[in-house]
Amino acid sequence: MSLFNFWKKDEDLFDENSSIEETRFVVLDTETTGFDYENDRILCIGALVLQNGVISIQNSFEVYIEQEHYDKSTAQIHGILKAFVLKRPSESEALQQFLAFLGDSIIIAHHTVFDVTMINKALERNGLPQLVNHRLDTAILYKKTLIKSHLFERKDHYSLDDLADKFDISKKDRHTALGDAYITAIAFLKIVKKLKEKKEVNLNSLFK
Amino acid sequence: MKNTISHRVADFLKDFPPFSFLHKMDLEKLSEQISIIYKDKDAVIFAENEKTHDSFYVVHKGAVALKKSTKNTVLDMCDEGDIFGLRPLLAQENYIMEAVAHEESILYAIPIDVFKPYALENRIVGNFLIESYASNTRNPYSDIHKDKLYGDDLAHDTMHSDTNSFDLTPIKYSKKIVTCSPSTTARDVARIMNKKKVGAILIVDEMLPIGILTDKDLRNKIVTGDYSILTTAEAIMTKPVITYPKKMTVTEAQMAMMKSNISHLCLTKDGTINTKAVGILSKHDVMVALGNNPAVLIKALKRTKKIKEIKPIRNRIMQLLQGYLDQNIPMTLISKIITELNEACTTRVIEMCIEKMSSPPPAKFAWLALGSQGRSEQMLHTDQDNAIVYENVSEVFRDETRIYFLKFAGLVNKGLFEIGYDYCPAEMMASNPKWCMSLDEWKNQVHHWITNPGKNEVLLSFIFFDYSVTYGDTELASQLSDSIFEDVKANPIFYVHLVSGALQSPSPTGFFRQFLVEQDGANKDNFDIKRRALMPLTDAARVLILSHSVKGISNTAERFEKLAELEPNNSELYLSCSYSFKALLKFRTKQGLLHHDSGQFIALESLSKMEKIKLKRTFKTIKELQELISVRFNVSNVV
Repeated sequence: MSLFNFWKKDEDLFDENSSIEETRFVVLDTETTGFDYENDRILCIGALVLQNGVISIQNSFEVYIEQEHYDKSTAQIHGILKAFVLKRPSESEALQQFLAFLGDSIIIAHHTVFDVTMINKALERNGLPQLVNHRLDTAILYKKTLIKSHLFERKDHYSLDDLADKFDISKKDRHTALGDAYITAIAFLKIVKKLKEKKEVNLNSLFK
Repeated sequence: MKNTISHRVADFLKDFPPFSFLHKMDLEKLSEQISIIYKDKDAVIFAENEKTHDSFYVVHKGAVALKKSTKNTVLDMCDEGDIFGLRPLLAQENYIMEAVAHEESILYAIPIDVFKPYALENRIVGNFLIESYASNTRNPYSDIHKDKLYGDDLAHDTMHSDTNSFDLTPIKYSKKIVTCSPSTTARDVARIMNKKKVGAILIVDEMLPIGILTDKDLRNKIVTGDYSILTTAEAIMTKPVITYPKKMTVTEAQMAMMKSNISHLCLTKDGTINTKAVGILSKHDVMVALGNNPAVLIKALKRTKKIKEIKPIRNRIMQLLQGYLDQNIPMTLISKIITELNEACTTRVIEMCIEKMSSPPPAKFAWLALGSQGRSEQMLHTDQDNAIVYENVSEVFRDETRIYFLKFAGLVNKGLFEIGYDYCPAEMMASNPKWCMSLDEWKNQVHHWITNPGKNEVLLSFIFFDYSVTYGDTELASQLSDSIFEDVKANPIFYVHLVSGALQSPSPTGFFRQFLVEQDGANKDNFDIKRRALMPLTDAARVLILSHSVKGISNTAERFEKLAELEPNNSELYLSCSYSFKALLKFRTKQGLLHHDSGQFIALESLSKMEKIKLKRTFKTIKELQELISVRFNVSNVV
């Protein structure tokens, strides 16, 4: 999170009346050539709209990006081959499509920092503005659902696989961008449900 | 546009009619237009008399109840793959029923405009819809025509309460027919029947049934020595086979069996012996159709081959429980039966998981149920609390053994999750390395708790001391109990900690003798019957029974009864504790069934005056009991 957002955080609350149900969330995931923000590239962005517990398939976003940089070692994870026959837009085109899809919605991702930084680096390369959307991270939100007890050791890091196991979400399309976005979306819904069992939850409380 | 999620949806739908009749391409196209909807438990999908939506629904995960709100009776329960809300769209009328998420659910909403062309173009799809329309069943291809009406014919809804009319329902028969050829020897026949776990085998010649052999035939003809075990099936089979058409009602099946004094019917395509056999119907099937009883459920459990098949059986156990409560059968008896059945489900899961492992267990082990399961007080679906203790193994095999049991426990925990036991939020499950140890490791662990009794240690021992063996070697558990008693005897200070822990559960009445209700969260203003009423009793019973070194009784009510025996001067209080506990448990169970949850939180305004008085009466007992233990173990001196 940038310094700017950090200071902004406290004053920048949502209207008390805006509910989780009404809010348009965009749940996203990126498949990348690796974990290096400078050298690695985005292969695919998958994103879907989540509003009032509904995901409309028609209104989802999946784009494979044309590229120069390609790392063989991650191909076995995401399964995207360089010569993958598909009409792929350029990075700049893909990003513009994505920005149009995203709008001013709240971003949800698993380990959001990674995806958002990856996208921001790409935006920067193409001379496009940075993302200023609010962000939620299912990896962090999930921890809030866990009971605080000395009997139970919390892990520092919960992977998307952990969440899928805990919430019984099929891992069929794991490691495709849109498939992972879908798992993240369902996990988010289940997390909110869990949090609601403990205390009243509104949009603002998710950011605290 | 090709899309990962639409593939996922298409892949799910392809297994269910009418989608199964669509071409792959069409189904994928259709799937692109679908919305995925998440509904929390009890959320309304559509209300009675509401204008129709532009989509109908398919249950992807969870369950949806169709209700007539005026009567508040569930007319139909839809689960994975079931369609609902289609008929009103086709008929262009408002919804005549209410659809409510019975569990947390994920639904696929399919726009009717998108779907209609497929129904018109594809004859099979169209026929399916017409048939479901005409037969008034939700799914004409379901195994039984579930006999739950799809809509207008609500005059029949009495049938759900009136078991007699069940007799006219079509019977469910087993479609997996076990067959052999006429030349198979009696010994091989017995082997096949054993392997397939059936009581009858059909002898077929060129696909046509020519005779039948049952357990009884083998007993009467082979075991008596009248025939050799190498006799061919043909020589000893009963013939001709009595055949019937597959569309049979329960009553017809019963009549047929009575008439010919047989226990198995063969169902053929047209009802004669000249067509292929399609199913076999046993007395057992008739019994199952006639209703739930524990013996039938146990038998049904034994026949399951996949963990998935256990879930519907658990639902029937819940129906049985509801029936028992309605008939006001004594709680002691109810909890015994239900616990037995629940344990049988767990045992079946464990058995299946052992089969799934690549090798048999490398050492003796016991699967322990902890907490309420261990105390046989768990009626409703709740969290899992379990552990494994295995025999001590030599150093060389230590790692290997631990890895085996952890992997095995992981399978069982997942299996139990699949049949409806949630994961324990505190990871108190056998798949957690801390709860899967050898006997010596456990002894050390317990010794540590007893000699270092901090808050957590006491809490852990609370949960742990109520274990009972669900599966495996009881001797191991018994040895562990012995070691606990010795340890506790040698460290009497431990009682004080246990007691102060037991007294922590807040007393159920407040200053003005009002009910204490919860202050926060989703259960605000509700009474927490578990924490405020059941737990104080459970905790006290545990301490007291431990102080008498009584092992093998983990049920709270039974513990109080034993205590009444051991301390005649306090017997009146203990008996009233036992009574109160049972009353509270019944209360909780009824509430849980009513709201389809664990019954832990009770909305006070929903209670009648009578019920409130009954509840308060138990509180007095709880208070007296808490006084008794705090004086006896002299807690105030320490805390």
